[in-house]
Amino acid sequence: MADTSLASNVLEHEERQSLESREFGFWIYLMTDAVIFALLFATYVVLSQNSAAGPTSKEVFDLRHTAGETVLLLLSSLTFGIATISMVAGKGGRVVQWLFVTLLLGLGFLAMELIEFRGMIQEGAGPDVSGFLSAFFTLVGTHGLHVAFGVIGICVMIGQVLVKGLTLPVRSRLVRLGLFWHFLDIVWIGIFSVVYLPGVM
Amino acid sequence: MLGRLTIEAIPLYSWVAMGGAAVTVAGGLAVFLLITYLRAWKVLWTDWLTSVDHKRIGIMYVVLALVMLVRGFVDALMMRAQQAIALNSEGYLPPEHFEQIFSSHGTIMIFFVAMPFLTGLINIIVPQQIGARDVAFPFLNSVSLWLTAAGAALVLVSLVIGKFSTAGWTGYPPYSGIEYSPGVGVDYWIWALFVSGVGSTLSGINFIVTIVKNRCPGMTYMRMPMFTWTTLCISILIAFAFPALTVVAAQLALDRTLGFHFFTNGDGGNMMMFANLLWIWGHPEVYILILPAFGIFSEVVSTFSRKRLFGYKSLVYATACIALLSFTVWLHHFFTMGSSANVNAVFGIATMIIAVPTGVKIFDWMFTMYRGRIEFHPSMVFTIGFMVTFVIGGVTGVLLALPPADYLMHNSTFLVAHFHNMLIPGALFGYFAGLNYWFPKAFGFKLDAKWGIRSFWFWIVGFYLAFMPLYVLGFMGMSRRMEHYADPNWQPYLIVAFLGAVCVLCGIACIAIQLYVSAKTWGSSRDVTGDPWNGRTLEWATSSPPAEYNFAVLPEVSDIDAFHDMKIKGTAYRAPHQYEDIVMPKKSALGPILGALAFGLGFAMVWYIWWLAALCFALCLVCVGIRASDDNTDYVIPAGEVARQENERLARLTPADMHDMRDFLPRGAASGSVLQGRV
Repeated sequence: MADTSLASNVLEHEERQSLESREFGFWIYLMTDAVIFALLFATYVVLSQNSAAGPTSKEVFDLRHTAGETVLLLLSSLTFGIATISMVAGKGGRVVQWLFVTLLLGLGFLAMELIEFRGMIQEGAGPDVSGFLSAFFTLVGTHGLHVAFGVIGICVMIGQVLVKGLTLPVRSRLVRLGLFWHFLDIVWIGIFSVVYLPGVM
Repeated sequence: MLGRLTIEAIPLYSWVAMGGAAVTVAGGLAVFLLITYLRAWKVLWTDWLTSVDHKRIGIMYVVLALVMLVRGFVDALMMRAQQAIALNSEGYLPPEHFEQIFSSHGTIMIFFVAMPFLTGLINIIVPQQIGARDVAFPFLNSVSLWLTAAGAALVLVSLVIGKFSTAGWTGYPPYSGIEYSPGVGVDYWIWALFVSGVGSTLSGINFIVTIVKNRCPGMTYMRMPMFTWTTLCISILIAFAFPALTVVAAQLALDRTLGFHFFTNGDGGNMMMFANLLWIWGHPEVYILILPAFGIFSEVVSTFSRKRLFGYKSLVYATACIALLSFTVWLHHFFTMGSSANVNAVFGIATMIIAVPTGVKIFDWMFTMYRGRIEFHPSMVFTIGFMVTFVIGGVTGVLLALPPADYLMHNSTFLVAHFHNMLIPGALFGYFAGLNYWFPKAFGFKLDAKWGIRSFWFWIVGFYLAFMPLYVLGFMGMSRRMEHYADPNWQPYLIVAFLGAVCVLCGIACIAIQLYVSAKTWGSSRDVTGDPWNGRTLEWATSSPPAEYNFAVLPEVSDIDAFHDMKIKGTAYRAPHQYEDIVMPKKSALGPILGALAFGLGFAMVWYIWWLAALCFALCLVCVGIRASDDNTDYVIPAGEVARQENERLARLTPADMHDMRDFLPRGAASGSVLQGRV
């Protein structure tokens, strides 16, 4: 009996250290992702005037639609923050509720983005029209893809909180998913101010 | 159902290509039959393929690298043979096949020889050098290995099903665009790079965290061995540079598959952006390949000179300097793009500045050897050969860094000679030195030194014969990648270069013989103490091969040459008062499964088999989800079991096996007697 409790102590100590490493590693992963976005931004800036025979940015961007997307995404960051606060307070039920709200907001953002993309493609402004549109769809689409992965992550974490409760590893995963989600917000602010705002000015 | 994959994908267009396909299939079949004959499938699966032990993963990386080295070298030999005979004639290779060969040669040597070789050595050694029990993320490590293997498998499969790229290892558009390269070749290249590139990025993240978080007590940054320092620097380079490769490969894939216009001639594409993005990854990559070799040379030179490394701090700073500068020079790969003179001058000067920290290193190694008791072990001989040869490559590099000179020599064989002059002595000799140096650590017996020395002589003579003529040919105006030519003055040089390649073939054969002879006589060259060379750093404190947990008790470090210090103080090989339970990661089948799925995804994307691609991708996500929900990934080795293994090891040791370190005790300059208080 004494042996097993000793073993579980060692395991728990190891687990704490390992989770600490994971959080540090996740930051570095986010840095690599930031490099990906940085290069996609650079590509976009280089190609943003190359609209060839296709439409220019003024003709395809609708700032009101973008404002809607921005509101949804920024709100979702706020709700994820509240979920994290509930986690620190140890309220599993609250965490699930706020994660669910975040999930809805994230899905709303994705839906709005898909509507925007579909509208552009129908108007003859698809990614295969010009260098500008290729760069636009790739940058914004990569961000959207990340949001989609985040949405999957939120579903997995809702499941884990419901099944396992707020155990140490579950908390750590929630913190990392939160980092990811807020990171996407920062990237979106970059997209808003580098792609959409100058595009309609 | 099968996209554009039809029966025509089998290379019936040339006998040589059929031969290559046949050898690949026969090789795979032979390995399969051998494993079946030895009834080794179960052992292979449970002990190796699903292992998350950093030492086993490292060994598998090195095996992959050696297999791919043979494949990449056959390409080189074929090219040299073609150019030796193709004066005013077609030679024996049709142009399209020749183009595939130089493309696959470069791709294989960089991505599937150099990268896995260095990652393998890092995996085996770095956790031991920093006194850790494993890397920070053992499962991620296994995923990295299998993604690299999946990329290598894609290149190998291209030999049998379809064709490989004809666009060179750098794949510049617009030639690599869908308009000029409509086949599957460039797609194979893209997906092999993409899959293995993700694996490398994960390795980079893993080793940054391992070195920052897992160092044993007392090991400050400025007490880390040089190999660990270079590993830290290149891990940071990997984390910052490899995303650029991911981006550029994805963009080219979008251009080719979905008709995007990143790099096309018309419709607002910009092909020079490809060159910029590729080399933002590509130049740091050169240092990713070379810096670990510099680390190996540093370890070898101090061990076999029996001296502390000269100028440790300057080596650390020089390494960091090189890592930083490596991000500021990418444009020198295409001075001829036509940037303004000022832009070219900035990048030219930055390039020349890198020669300074590199020169510092060469001097440090020479001063380490100065008045040392040099032992000509094969790894030391490779190190000396490197120092002499690498300087020549460095000088030609400074020459190429001058934009006006570069305009004359751009894409000539002078350039080919230059970068082989950097990578063969600078990287490959370092890996060979590491192989000879650390082999006993991985397997518990030493490599045969005689065949090691022979392989060195064939390699270095072969290198000079093969590449010095290319410098001359570059001045004579020969451009790279020529399938045939009309100038009879070139042929003698190309024949000499071919003889050089034959010489290198003998060098590779010597390595094979060395491995065979050593394995056959392993009983007589066993490494009982775990310290066969009287080493100085912590990896020699473990047994050879190390126990699963490396260190029963985490060591305490108080010096750069930690183990050397312990031996002088007499604290090495001492049993601790008490052993503790050790937590180790469980093995996992998800690593190889993810590798197989990545291979399936890449293959499906190459052939436009969309349903298979979607399926593989979805299954990848499922695997990640399963792993992300698994809280039971570790197990405990009880203290009693640790004590049993350690006592068994210590009982085998006799004082005669241990190195006599009395000569190294600190002595007073005047009296010559041992200073007791200083020990």
